[in-house]
Amino acid sequence: MAEKKTESMNLVQEIFLYFLAGIRRTLLRFKKRKKIKEILTVYYMEAKSARISGRKVAWITSGGPVEPLIAMDVIPVYPENHGAMIGASKMGTDLCETSESMGYSTDLCSYARSDIACATVNGGPIGGLPRPDMLVCCNNICGTVLKWYEVQARYFNVPLFIFDTPFCHTGFSEEVRRYVRRQLDEYVLFLEEACGKKMDHERLSNVGKLSLEAQRLWQAVLDTTVNRPAPMSAFDAFYHLALIVTLRETREAVDYYSRLLERMNDRVARGIGAIPDEKHRLLWDNIPIWHRTRWLSEKFASHNACLVADTYTSAWCGSMKYIDENNFFDSMAEAYTRIYLNIGVDEMARMVLAMVDKYNVDGIVMHSNRSCKPYSLGQYDIAKIVEKERGIPSLIIEADMVDERSFSESQVATRIDAFMEMIKAMRQ
Amino acid sequence: MTRLEEFYEILKDPAAYGRKLKGEGRRKIVGYFCSYTPEEIIYAAGAHHFRLFGTGEAVHLADAHFQAYCCSLVRGALEGALAGHLGFLDGAVFPHTCDSIQRLSDVWRMNVKGPFHLDVVLPVKLDTDSAKAYMSDVLHKFRSDLESRLNITIGKEAMQDAIRVFNRIRGYLGRLYEIKAEHPGTISGSDLHTIIKASMIMSRDRLLEILPDIVTDLEKKKGQGDKPSGKRLVMTGGICNHPDIYRIIEEAGGVVVGDDFCTGSRYFEGITEIKDDPVAAIAERYMIRPPCPAKHAGLFTRAGHLVDIVREKRAQGVVFFFLKFCDPHAFDYPYLKASLDREEIPSIMVEVEDQLPSEGQLRTRFETFIEML
Ligand code: SF4
Ligand code: SF4
Repeated sequence: MAEKKTESMNLVQEIFLYFLAGIRRTLLRFKKRKKIKEILTVYYMEAKSARISGRKVAWITSGGPVEPLIAMDVIPVYPENHGAMIGASKMGTDLCETSESMGYSTDLCSYARSDIACATVNGGPIGGLPRPDMLVCCNNICGTVLKWYEVQARYFNVPLFIFDTPFCHTGFSEEVRRYVRRQLDEYVLFLEEACGKKMDHERLSNVGKLSLEAQRLWQAVLDTTVNRPAPMSAFDAFYHLALIVTLRETREAVDYYSRLLERMNDRVARGIGAIPDEKHRLLWDNIPIWHRTRWLSEKFASHNACLVADTYTSAWCGSMKYIDENNFFDSMAEAYTRIYLNIGVDEMARMVLAMVDKYNVDGIVMHSNRSCKPYSLGQYDIAKIVEKERGIPSLIIEADMVDERSFSESQVATRIDAFMEMIKAMRQ
Repeated sequence: MTRLEEFYEILKDPAAYGRKLKGEGRRKIVGYFCSYTPEEIIYAAGAHHFRLFGTGEAVHLADAHFQAYCCSLVRGALEGALAGHLGFLDGAVFPHTCDSIQRLSDVWRMNVKGPFHLDVVLPVKLDTDSAKAYMSDVLHKFRSDLESRLNITIGKEAMQDAIRVFNRIRGYLGRLYEIKAEHPGTISGSDLHTIIKASMIMSRDRLLEILPDIVTDLEKKKGQGDKPSGKRLVMTGGICNHPDIYRIIEEAGGVVVGDDFCTGSRYFEGITEIKDDPVAAIAERYMIRPPCPAKHAGLFTRAGHLVDIVREKRAQGVVFFFLKFCDPHAFDYPYLKASLDREEIPSIMVEVEDQLPSEGQLRTRFETFIEML
């Protein structure tokens, strides 16, 4: 009993400290950033106090089917989003080193490495994630998450649901549809058992509608950058993305993106660009280098180059076309399987080409991310295809999204300068 | 040429052997990547399946497609194809396992012209009914894809015959492993490794001619002149491309009496039942065979299996043998090691890129480890 009390005391204290830290960070940010921090702060507080409020917490992969969790009142928590926060707050190297001392190779995904380490020390920017009651792993982004979630399922000793979305090298077959569709039913059963109540399918379909609405709005926000100058850049998108990852199926996300869209449209109407003098437009590929986003954005801005779009933030709405609004549940099978990273390199290249055309870019900046093999292996081929089809050059930056040890600022700076000189020369 | 030399000959230059087979013109030749390739179906299609291992040569051409942080197996295999060493292939099969093989399949399909290309996207979990049904669906689809690529039909009888052939091959290979464990002096580690690896390449009909004799010979030989062999070790990891490792271990006072390698016991374990739906029977074997770490068959299955091998083979230590940049194995390492620690089974970990680390360094590490056992 006494132990329980101290535990909840600690939790309250932790939340309080976290809240204070959140406010402090909020005040330091630009005004426009205030809202998202607040929403996320409340969200993480809620998740952290789930034990007190009697709600369940599920850890889920970023591409995983989250709507059924919401419909069951389970709070979803995203270790990858946590990984991004760790990277952005430059705490990645330390945590990666901790994981190495636990026996994990430096060559593994740094989201996984830092999360695995963080769970054991409750470190990181928010003092660790709230303990999961269950884990939901969807392998539509990579095989790494399978291994990562196995590690966590052993560590926390909680049930693991694997939502297996077979890779679509060249298309989507009937047997895959059957298999994934069957797993949706298994998923519902898993949740019903974990939560001790029945799924309310009507509620699920409403959650689905909200989720779709948020995804549409997010796509609309991203689309505002077809304008010249672009009212926002990919670096802004990396920031605003947080809600589409963590809260896409909520009224709050829908409201947030509606307001964001209004603001962007207003900037477009008034001709306000993300950077003071946009002369060159670039496309970003791969996960952000979280520990260097500001540096990179300033570096490119110094060349009057704006990264107007990226393949990463659009991944959360890329498979919207497969969703049937009136039959959300069934159509989830295809929509969750055919996402950007779960398709062949040639199909990815076609999508990149479409983005090149839509956003009218002059070059591509590819983050060759040693953490993420499914995203990075194949980039060279995509670069070649784009070069061949559209005559557009690519710059490859070797780095890691979280682990700062594989980043050489001076080398990257030199390469960016050289690339920008080339782009400028091409445009003359 | 002795039978053993025949195996060594094949492994010395697998591509030359492939070209020779091709020249004989009896069977179409289908390259494949991992032990989750349904060999029986290819064999029943009248084709020859030829496992691709990576060239072991320096990688140049593949550098234009894959970053340096991709494992040497994937880079080496692509190198071989781009360099034109694999011109004898009529097709290639890519079972889905890890993220790197997944992208190898794409890049191969886009850049290696000529042969047909088949993906076999197996389920990642092996422990549910729906996954089992899907496994069987995928293999049925593979069968009909193969039929259309090779322009033939694969009858049920042919499938069942093929299953019998592979059950026999697997039985013999398994027996060789048993003999090795019973009397380690009977056959050297590198000889055994060479037989297993070459058997994934050589004509299976020829293999079935010589394997029984090898087994009979060894049965006779076993126990005779058994010198006190070294400390008993089990190896575990993905692919082993380095026959020298066995010699180094033996020179350091150890002997490998069992393994959990995909170029080892994972290749031949498990018997396929002769059933009315042969394809479903093959699927069933995949569901129960010791899993590769890129698949999920429970949270503790691999550790349980490893400890079982150690116990069963009465081994005193374990050698983790990993390819650098191989994610699935690297993720399992801490938990496997912890499971061994709990059972008080000592272990050592060796990581290789495409070449072994310097022999002197390896020998010292093994000597220290083996002395401690
Ligand atoms: S390997 Fe890539 S897709 Fe998978 S978790 Fe890591 S960063 Fe994400
Ligand atoms: S399982 Fe490991 S060794 Fe095999 S292809 Fe994948 S990364 Fe390479």
